[in-house]
Amino acid sequence: MPGWDEILSGMVHGLQLILSGDPGVIQITLLSLRVSGGATLLGALVGISLGALLSLADFRGRTFVVALVNTMTGLPPVVVGLVLYLLLSSSGPLGFLKLLYTPEAMVVAQLIMVIPIVASITLSAISSVDQETKQAVRSLGASPFRELLIILNEARVGLLTSVVVGFGSAISEVGAIMMVGGNLLGHTRALTTAVVLLTNQGEFAQAIALGMVLLALGFSVNVLLMFLRGELFSGTLPYLTARRSGPK
Amino acid sequence: MGITKWFENRTVLKSVSLEVDEGCISAIMGPNGAGKSTLLKITALIIEPSEGEVVLDGRSCRGPEDQRRVQRRKMALVFQKPVLFNMSVEDNVSIGLRARGVQDRVVRDRVDEIVVLLALADLRRRDPKTLSGGEAQRVALARALVMRPKLLLLDEPTASADPNNASIIEKAVMTAASERGCGVLLATHNPQQARRLAKETAFLFDGQILETGPTDSLLSRPKDDRTRGYVSGMMPR
Repeated sequence: MPGWDEILSGMVHGLQLILSGDPGVIQITLLSLRVSGGATLLGALVGISLGALLSLADFRGRTFVVALVNTMTGLPPVVVGLVLYLLLSSSGPLGFLKLLYTPEAMVVAQLIMVIPIVASITLSAISSVDQETKQAVRSLGASPFRELLIILNEARVGLLTSVVVGFGSAISEVGAIMMVGGNLLGHTRALTTAVVLLTNQGEFAQAIALGMVLLALGFSVNVLLMFLRGELFSGTLPYLTARRSGPK
Repeated sequence: MGITKWFENRTVLKSVSLEVDEGCISAIMGPNGAGKSTLLKITALIIEPSEGEVVLDGRSCRGPEDQRRVQRRKMALVFQKPVLFNMSVEDNVSIGLRARGVQDRVVRDRVDEIVVLLALADLRRRDPKTLSGGEAQRVALARALVMRPKLLLLDEPTASADPNNASIIEKAVMTAASERGCGVLLATHNPQQARRLAKETAFLFDGQILETGPTDSLLSRPKDDRTRGYVSGMMPR
């Protein structure tokens, strides 16, 4: 077991690896960003749409779907990984896609976990827009799509939070991407899976370096959120003030 | 058939029938909980009546949502507590026009005009959260008037305004009625305001219209005891 000395020297060495621009660290970081960024982007599109639908539409079974989405926010990553592995393995129903052990499979795994998180926070953010504001939007006589955009604008801080939380969940996930990505060096090795492997191999300096990158990414995303929140509070999103210059 | 509305077991409007002529201002008075706000929201087609229908320009406003939206665009509603969106004052004023896809040049001209009418020129870039109640009410009225509605629905538009703001708001409403031919339905607790603005007034009590008539005679010589009680409690002695 490593002692304090080893942990401290690992941190120093980790810092040196980061500052020297170690190609291995950079490659793994970029793959993580690509996979988690892709999953977050797609998850935001689907999750915000789903959350908006659940908060504004009235249909039979809505309560059940809301309960299902909320339950899925706590989906165990290894269960997602297992199911996806079975689906994507060569003998599985989706084996013909040949996605197993690819970054795309890792995106799908993270996407499954990001969607319910984004949808659930979006639902809560839109539900917290008060009834009279929604009635005021309705009174404008806008198309349903425009109405939705204005309501989303009212809930934008919550939406932004949902995306950031979704990204945080994706970038820190390990179980599912390990199972469907395979942790292959230079191909599907992400920050979290690399930390697990390096720790098992006793390569603490590299593991600590990658752990520090993970923490730095999480911190940067939160700083970005705080910045955007400040900006968004004082401005208007461009889609609402988009100019129209054509004939009326 | 008038408008009836019930929420679960409670009836808030009982066969209410009112008419507003083009270019005329009509007032509805009545105690809190009489159903004034609900009546205005039903008229603005943002909540559905349980029975009855709204008729605008001789056309029923029943029917599919697309048709209701067309009718809704002929009206504008200003809420008792001003509802402003999370965007600048100027964007709040123009949002209705932009939401309807009105050409940018037209939006700019109309916003410039309404900003002058409601003395909002210095507030254009302000965050609505920094406005006083009266200023916010002026912005909410500007957003309604800039859409040039045929029917303007006002729910106690000066409730949160000081005398100066109230005066600006009243002048703008009178201008819209006299110069643009806009019909106005005004819910108010203020008898002086009703006298200043409204030719006709209806008295709503417990979801029913007890009496209607020229504002002066309704306030000076109410026929119903409940109207008399309300008016005598509201009027300065």
